[in-house]
Amino acid sequence: MEKTLHEISKSLNDGAVTSVEVCEAFLGKTEQMEPSIQAFISVDVEKILKMAVEADSRRTRGDSLSPLDGVPVALKDNIMEEGSVCSCASKILSNVTSPYDATVVAKMRAAGIIPFGRANMDEFAMGSTCENSAFAKTANPRDTTRVPGGSSGGSAAAVAAGEVPAALGSDTGGSIRQPASFCGVVGLKPTYGRVSRYGLVAFASSLDQIGPITRDTRDAALLLDAISGHDPKDSTSLNLESASLADTLAEPMDLKGIKIGLPKEYFERDGLDADVEKVVDEAIAKFKDMGAETVAVSLPHAEFAVAAYYVIATAEASANLARFDGIRYGQRSVDALDLMETYLKSRGDGFGEEVKRRILLGTFVLSSGYYDAYYLKAQKARTLIREDFEAAFEKCDIMLSPTTPTTAFKSGEFASDPLQMYLADIYTISLNLTGFCGISLPAGNSASDGMPVGVQLMGPALGEEKLLSVSHAFETSTVYTQY
Amino acid sequence: MEKYDVVIGLEVHVKVRTESKMFCSCANLYGAEPNTLVCPVCMGYPGVLPVPNKEAIRKTVLAGLMTSCDISKFSKFDRKSYFSPDMPKNYQISQYDLPFCLAGNILISGKRFSDREPLPEKSIGITRIHLEEDVAKSTHFPKSSGIDFNRAGGPLMEIVSEPDMTSADEAYAYLTVLKRIMRYADISNCDMEKGELRCDVNISLKPAGRKEFGTKIELKNLNSFRSIHRAIDHEIARQAAELDAGAPLSQETRGWNDDKGSTYLMRVKETESDYRYFPEPDLTPITFSDEEIDAIRAEMPETPDAKKQRFIENFGLTPYDSEVLTNEKAVADYFEKAATKSSNPKQIANWIISELLRELANSANEISECPVPPANLAELAELINKGTISGKIAKQVFTEMFQNGGSPAAIIEAKGLLQVSDSSAIESLVDQAITENQAQVEQYRTGNQKVLQYFVGQVMKLSKGKANPQMVVAMLKEKL
Ligand SMILES: [Zn+2]
Repeated sequence: MEKTLHEISKSLNDGAVTSVEVCEAFLGKTEQMEPSIQAFISVDVEKILKMAVEADSRRTRGDSLSPLDGVPVALKDNIMEEGSVCSCASKILSNVTSPYDATVVAKMRAAGIIPFGRANMDEFAMGSTCENSAFAKTANPRDTTRVPGGSSGGSAAAVAAGEVPAALGSDTGGSIRQPASFCGVVGLKPTYGRVSRYGLVAFASSLDQIGPITRDTRDAALLLDAISGHDPKDSTSLNLESASLADTLAEPMDLKGIKIGLPKEYFERDGLDADVEKVVDEAIAKFKDMGAETVAVSLPHAEFAVAAYYVIATAEASANLARFDGIRYGQRSVDALDLMETYLKSRGDGFGEEVKRRILLGTFVLSSGYYDAYYLKAQKARTLIREDFEAAFEKCDIMLSPTTPTTAFKSGEFASDPLQMYLADIYTISLNLTGFCGISLPAGNSASDGMPVGVQLMGPALGEEKLLSVSHAFETSTVYTQY
Repeated sequence: MEKYDVVIGLEVHVKVRTESKMFCSCANLYGAEPNTLVCPVCMGYPGVLPVPNKEAIRKTVLAGLMTSCDISKFSKFDRKSYFSPDMPKNYQISQYDLPFCLAGNILISGKRFSDREPLPEKSIGITRIHLEEDVAKSTHFPKSSGIDFNRAGGPLMEIVSEPDMTSADEAYAYLTVLKRIMRYADISNCDMEKGELRCDVNISLKPAGRKEFGTKIELKNLNSFRSIHRAIDHEIARQAAELDAGAPLSQETRGWNDDKGSTYLMRVKETESDYRYFPEPDLTPITFSDEEIDAIRAEMPETPDAKKQRFIENFGLTPYDSEVLTNEKAVADYFEKAATKSSNPKQIANWIISELLRELANSANEISECPVPPANLAELAELINKGTISGKIAKQVFTEMFQNGGSPAAIIEAKGLLQVSDSSAIESLVDQAITENQAQVEQYRTGNQKVLQYFVGQVMKLSKGKANPQMVVAMLKEKL
């Protein structure tokens, strides 16, 4: 059975398989894996097969919508899909059916890509373990005693377990790249504004970006091509014409002359696991073997990234999540006697602990008397971090770092210490603050626990083409592709 | 000398007239079935994003230009957070520190309510004009509440004045002038009954001559300009009485009960509300180049003040007539169209003020629906001037035109109203009048000149109003 989008696409177009056969195979695998993985909140078999039948009849008639017509792709449960419950893994939205399609879903449908199941996540994308879901704790397919990472843990686990060839996730501070790294798959966070956010339930509007989680870089490019582009419904989406990224990956890129920046602050810090460091060093050596040149770069303000991020992200989240009040839709407390009680009980019962913690933090930092000390200062730090990155990209084409300081956490490891969990976002968070693009690639396994280690490549604004080309060259040369 | 100085500032919300709402494509309409003009965006559904309405922004800038504001070249939207069931997102997209328009002013004029004397002209400062989204409308029933989201997300301008007003009369005049400007520029109809204009009043009293402001009281629930006037007068008296009694005023919000004619306490403001403003991350900042501002300026209609001045200078109108005619732009436009076709613009002004506006008021019609086109009014006036018909017949013709349409010439023709200027015909009528009124002939001949008018009346009556009055007078003088 073909496993990647491009292989499936080829077989479909060659007439070797039908979309129904493809979807049935993945549904079968899902049925087999779900009891132990729990990557999905729901999978609507009937709907998927109906779309597969339609795709097959289009292909028979010669009316295929695109080469990807009839391939299944999972959706993170914070992406609106008309007619399906979009709960964000939260009790408060557990009964809310999407009245419309997110722009990415509309684009997928226009290409014939079949939305395949609602992937589990940390509630409202707040978390790094997928344990903050109101419905299920997803397990890491590589070791079910470990978490798949988060917040797009369900998407990454579903791809890694072979339940689906690819998935969409969302990345606010690393939520695509970190679970991709933990599960040994590819995760791409596009440049802010490349993919429309319309229909992505907002966590932190200025940081959120939808992106692909796939088995290889070619699929990441294919899926990004399918979902990106200017959207008049999203005022922050970029107005750009771009050539197909997948087409640029036809031949592996020659890395001679490519300068890879190594941010010294990322390698000097404590907390970087020795075995992770070893795999990353091997990846660097590999790049050098392939002709790339490494240069030392510095991101002097990177140390403020986590603090700035948790101020800005929670501030935006406190307003974004205010609409979930049980008045117009969603869970409303039945025993509330007045308006205030309706708010308190609906929100008190509907939100999980981590979400409440972040709403409180965000409300606090925006409060009169604290705004300058927190929110404003965080925005200044954000500007400095962006300037650091811009200066670094003057000296190199892309930067390289570990995706995460460690391999996948053990389940429950951070239950009582969220701050430690926040600090583990150190390598991924800055890219969201700058709006630039990044990708996590499987680079090998940790010698001590055997878990996958991801290497993160970072590119400047709209640097996806080079980012993917370099990633593709690396991937092609490494024998390491293990599922 | 008054014992207290009164300080009044107004916060006026004006619904901007646009096709669609501020951040979505729903129709921006009043009066539809509740909750029929809604979509996921204006209902605050998960995942939706706002897209700013360019026309609403253009009209807000236009409002700024019409009120001599500085237009910000860089402005942005912010989120204003508070929980309320009529606010779908529990934050309102508004503008905090960088509104579109800053530091303007308007010249007010009007009358005092007490003695109908004109108010002295005065400039009232405009602090700022910003754009935001409207909230839904709540209706409370005995055991439940209903929310109509049709209004939610409509474009709403907030116009904040400086605390430059000192009386109910000035506040009334300010609102009247502001409304006129908004209607002139087609920014809004400002119909308070439809909620197109809402006004909160900030009012404080301080001992005469003192510098520091007194305790500010906010008045809400004001449903008409007249009730705003009454509420301010009442509130000045109430606060003065409290201060006279040595009672300290507390900072509070008071409502106006129009039936009782008094204000009532709504809530005491213990602390400033914390709205946790921060820049709206879903929208990019809005910038204007000089060229873009100039382009809007080029579309700016003449202000009511400028038009009033021009009518006085170009058409020789009195300030009063010019004020009446420029009160509504549509009336001013009507006048101007008719006046440019006429040899006597003052005459046109009189006809509009004394006949046309009265007929419109009687028939409850807008001038836009007026059945008499400006050209026909001008033609009617010219027929008087040429002696074709008398002024009296002209009024008859006008009534006919207003009720059934048609051109004056056609009506005169159809009804045989042409003025009689044939001297032999007039002579026979004059002779008849003299013969039939011998007693009055005697009075005239013994020196009572006033009787001449009586004879004019008799002749006009005999001619059914059609005789040329000048010829009648001349012939009577000759024959008597
Ligand atoms: Zn709408």
